Parts: sequence; structure tokens; C-alpha cells
Amino acid sequence: MSDEANKGLLSPLRRKLLMGMAAVPAITMLPRASFAQAPATSAVNTTGLAVTDTEVTVGILHSATGTMAISETGSIEAEKLAIEQINAAGGVLGRKIKFIQEDGASDWPTFAEKAKKLLVNDKVAAIMGCWTSASRKAVLPVVEQYNGMLYYPTFYEGLEQSKNVIYTGQEATQQILAGLNWIAKEKGAKSFFFIGSDYIWPRTSNKIARKHVENVLKGKVVGEEYYALGSTQFNSVINKIKLTKPDVIFTDVVGGSNVAFYKQLKAAGIDLAKQPLLTISVTEDEIDGIGGENIAGAYACMKYFQSLDNPNNKAFVPAFKKAWGEKTVIGDVTQAAYLGPWLWKLTVEKAGSFDVDKIAAASPGVEFKGAPEGYVRIHENHHLWSKTRVGRAKLDGQFELIYETADLVEPDPFPKGYQ
Amino acid sequence: MFGDYSIGDLGSIFVMQGFAGLILFSVYVLMALGLAIIFGQMGVINMAHGEFMILGAYVTWMTSNFSQSYLPSLFGGYFFLAMILAFIASGALGMLVEWVLIRHLYKRPLDTLLATWGLSLMLQQAYRSVFGAREVGVELPQWMLGSLHVTDSIEVPINGVFVMCLTVLITVGVAYVLYMSRWGRQVRAVVQNRIMAGAVGINTEKVDRYTFGLGCGIAGIAGSAFTMIGSTGPTSGQLYIVDTFLVVVFGGAASLLGTIASAFSISQTQSTLEFFMSGSMAKVLTLLAVVGILMLRPQGLFALKVRK
Repeated sequence: MSDEANKGLLSPLRRKLLMGMAAVPAITMLPRASFAQAPATSAVNTTGLAVTDTEVTVGILHSATGTMAISETGSIEAEKLAIEQINAAGGVLGRKIKFIQEDGASDWPTFAEKAKKLLVNDKVAAIMGCWTSASRKAVLPVVEQYNGMLYYPTFYEGLEQSKNVIYTGQEATQQILAGLNWIAKEKGAKSFFFIGSDYIWPRTSNKIARKHVENVLKGKVVGEEYYALGSTQFNSVINKIKLTKPDVIFTDVVGGSNVAFYKQLKAAGIDLAKQPLLTISVTEDEIDGIGGENIAGAYACMKYFQSLDNPNNKAFVPAFKKAWGEKTVIGDVTQAAYLGPWLWKLTVEKAGSFDVDKIAAASPGVEFKGAPEGYVRIHENHHLWSKTRVGRAKLDGQFELIYETADLVEPDPFPKGYQ
Repeated sequence: MFGDYSIGDLGSIFVMQGFAGLILFSVYVLMALGLAIIFGQMGVINMAHGEFMILGAYVTWMTSNFSQSYLPSLFGGYFFLAMILAFIASGALGMLVEWVLIRHLYKRPLDTLLATWGLSLMLQQAYRSVFGAREVGVELPQWMLGSLHVTDSIEVPINGVFVMCLTVLITVGVAYVLYMSRWGRQVRAVVQNRIMAGAVGINTEKVDRYTFGLGCGIAGIAGSAFTMIGSTGPTSGQLYIVDTFLVVVFGGAASLLGTIASAFSISQTQSTLEFFMSGSMAKVLTLLAVVGILMLRPQGLFALKVRK
């Protein structure tokens, strides 16, 4: 299963991608570097990374097998697409990107081991990878020890910052606070019922949400419930929701439990058109499994929806579907994963070097105007400035954009007053 | 916690909570029945039980897609056809697995555990390769969604009622087959004394194959029914396997009645506890209680006396 280097993606897919390339806006802002002008390898690579005069190698490290394959497949697809597009636009510092894909197999020690392999044996210039916080926590000491660069796509609980990681997803405050503000104002919501899966991300997110509800919105949390990962029975908690009649149900249930939760919510006669529900864990990807009819009317708080109406996204969605199939949907994390290779490329070009230390130092301030979500910029803390958006789920499994913050929201991985 | 609520509210919540417990009970019985037959009657520990269930779920998904595209007028009733197909598909795969794998391992019950675990991994990867790594959404006909409106505050989920009826039907069916039919007598004879059963002319190999097939087929029906309440993905079967084993082991391996009693006690305990505390704490307490009782009664709630 290892070293699936580049094969498979090249011929038919590349042709299709190239045909779709004309539409990619990013191409217009990037001068087409010819190989003759490429700077000498000795100048741009002083630490012995896998960089030649014509190629640079990066790693893709996600779970292609095991339980997490459900979620990580989209990220793998997005990263491959981004790499293809960058190559079609002339590569990075005149070098084509070659990738080595490793399978973390939904197993955290495997993630650490594969990260070490990518950094030590393959000497990759960067790793696009990890999905769950557990896998990132396993990989973090490895990338710090061997001084690698990790582009991490998932929205996560925050409380972390590393020189060696760029977090292209939202940390908790970016994802939650604006959404809570909106629903409190729009729906006059005062009472909230929290329900989540029982692990670090929902617990930390709910902790932040509770502080915000109680201290800022002056509302009340009438229930906070956690269910073990993989639970499939929610009838009891649904009864509690009926009893407490909260203004808003706030959920961060993940994985297979998500599907069970929404199906049972609908079956219990809770009409999401009348009972506001705000989720921070359901993207278009999850709706595929849940079924649009079971979740229509729910609000999701994300930074990206496939339905976003901007020129970048209008080019990105068809390119993605062309590469991976008409029926494929694009969720928030998939888009964030797509940002990884692009941000890395832009940073390398800003630094004029593939050296990890120079990239880490050059990252703050790097902006990507071709992002499908609109525009992003890397903050000093290696997270992204990005907008918070609220969408309403529709029957067809897409979201309708209801609200977005006027400005980019500053990432704040260690929020004061929320810990 | 009840101070703020009216008597009417509380009354209806208790009714609803009772239903929640009954639905959980039906789900447990349905998922454990197939395993109980295989484990109880044959002594085979089938770790791939969840994957047989998911095969049923995928068959349902395919039937749903097919009927939507080609027979939209019959979409309302496709679910019944899907359950039959799920039974046939899982049952046939079960018989094949028995023939290829299990029959060589009857004398080594612990090895069946490893072999079927390996089988479950292979099936998961097969589903992933065939159907894709993402979960699929099974679209249900309109009449199966939503709830029966009893009073303003009491609403009974239709899919829950459906699962309950199905469970009763299948349990009665299995009990009839095992205890009233000629074939059931043969199965029980093989369980009690394989050599003697063979000596009086029962084809024990054939009985084994059909028993395994029946168990897997019922798993397929369960999987099909659970598309209404849960997810359908390559690894969704793993969500059920722990609870399933819990029910079967707690009930006493060789007893249908034990399985039902154990499903009832576990589901009622869990659903009651879930109401008074958080979901994960309820699970912990339920498991602790089960462990405690199993320490006192290692053979489970009901044990069949078998001459070994």
C-alpha cells in the first residue's frame, strides 16, 4: 500500500485536468515559470530535501483505509488536484511537484511512523496530511524533531501552535463564535442544548461554546451530552431535548453516529424547520451519508460550502468534479486540504527556497487569492485568517449560504477567557 | 431535574422514553439474533457479523437506487424487496464462507475468531473498493419517515415501530424454524450430540452450512433495517459488533430466550440511565453491571445444559 508515487493519476486524469485548467483563476496571477529560469538547486535547497533541478517531492499522509477513510478520501483528492493544477501552471520554482502517498490507515502510531518515513527516507519538502486531532498529535513530535512542514486541513479544537505546522482549517473560536452570535441574534436564542461525540474536539468546542453562551450571549446551556464514538442510538437524548425545549440544538457529533442522530431526530418528529439546530460537524460529505431529507433545514457553521458563489469556487467545483466524478461533493475540510499545496507553493516562492526554516519564517502574511472560499492569509500563529459562514442544509444535500462574517476572522488558538 | 415541568410533560416523556427503550430492545434483538444462532448452535465466534449486516445495508442501497431509476412507481414498497434480497445475499455469502473457511475450523473454535476477524477486514476493504470509502445515503420511501402523532407531546417514530414489528416477526420465525420444524430438530440434534446425530442419518455438514447461512441471512435483514436508523459505510458494521456480542454473551450463548432476555435488560438499563445521565456514562454503568453479573454467572443469564 505504500509508495503509490504519482502513478494512476497521470495520464487520463491529467488530460482532463489540463482541459479544465483554462478556468482556474489562480493561473492568471502566476507567471508561467519556464524550466530554464529555475534557480539552481543548491541555492533553494540547503538542507538536503528531495529537490532536483526538475522535481520536488512532497508527501500526502492520510487514511485511505480504516474508519477514517470516509472522511479523509476527500482531502486526498483535493491535495492531488491542487498538485496537478500547480504542475500544469509551471510547478514551484520551476520544478514539478511529485508526491509520495502514504496510508495512515486510521491508526495513530502508523501516522507517526509514516511521517518519519516521509521525512527521513524520502526527504519530502512538505507533508500534506492528517485529519483527526489524534493523528496530528501523533505526527507533531515527528515533524518537530525532523524539522518537516505539515499542512493540516481539518477544523480542530485549537490549543496548539507549531513552527512546523500550517493549520489550513479553522480553530474552534473561528468556527463557533460567529455562528453562535448569528443564531442568538437571528433566532433570539437564549437556551442551548449541546450534544457531541465523546472525545477532545467536541468537548473542547463545547467548552468554548458554553463560555460564549453564558458570558457573552447571556444565555443558558440546558443540556450537555456526550455519546461514545460510533453510538447509534439517540432516542433518549432526543427525549431530553423534547423535554427541555431548547431554542437551539448545538451539535458536534461525528462519524457514523451523525447519520444515526439525524435519522432518529427526524423520526422522532423534530422538524428542523421549526427547531433551530446548529452543527459544526456536518459538511456536504457527511450529508451524503445522512441523506438530505433527514437534515434539511439544519444550520451548519463552516468556512466553505460547495455552493459558494464566487469566481474561484465556480472554477474549483467543476475542476474537482471533472477529476473525481460528477457525484463527488466537496465539504469544508476538502477545500481546506486543497489550500495546503497552494499555500506551500506560494510560501516557497515568497521565501525563494524549499528550506523548512525559511518557509516557516516566510509563512505569516502569505495570501492565496485563488482560494475557493474566497481569500485567505496566513497569520503569525500559522493559522489562517478566514471568514465564518452559516449555511442551511437543503434537500439536495447542498447548503444555502445564509450568513457570512463581513471581515476575515482572526485565528485565536489560545482564546483568553474561554479556557 | 423535574421541578420545572408539568405533569403532562413528564407523563408523555415517560411514555416516549418507554418507547425508546423498546426500540433499543428491538434493535439489539435483531442484531444479536443471527449471531446467537451461529454462536449458540455452532460454537463459531463470527467476528464478521457486522460486515454481513452491512452487506444487507448495501443491498438495500442498491435496491433503492435501482427502484428509483427504473421502477419509481414501486418505490414505496422497495424496502420489503430489499430485505428479501439482503437475506439472500448475506445468506449466500454466509454459506460460501462456511464452505470455504469455517468448516475446516469446527474443531478449533478460537481459530474461528481469528479467521472471521480477518474475513471482516477483507470484507471491509472489499466494500471500500466496490462502493467507495464514503458513506452512502439510503433513500427511504416517504411513508417510513417521520412519526405517528399520538398527542401533542407524544410522537412515535415510524421506523422504530417498523423495526419492532420486524423483530417480532423474525424472532417468531426463527423460533418456529428451530423448535417446530424438522430442520430445526436436526439443528438441535447436531448441537446436542454431533456424532449421534450423524449416526442417525442427519447430514451434519449440510445442517451446519444452512445454520450458518440462516444466521448470516438474518444479519443481512438486520443490516437492511438499520439503514433507517444508522449509517451505511464500509466500516459501519463495526458500530454494532460490540453490542451484539455483549447481548449474546450476557444472554447465555446457546439460548434464544437468553438473547431476548439479555437484550431486554441491557436496553432498558441503558435507555433509563441515558435519560438521567450523559450517554457515555450510561454506557459505562451498563457495561459495569454486565461485567458484574457475568462474574457471578459466567454462563450468562440462561444456559442450555449440553452433554459435552
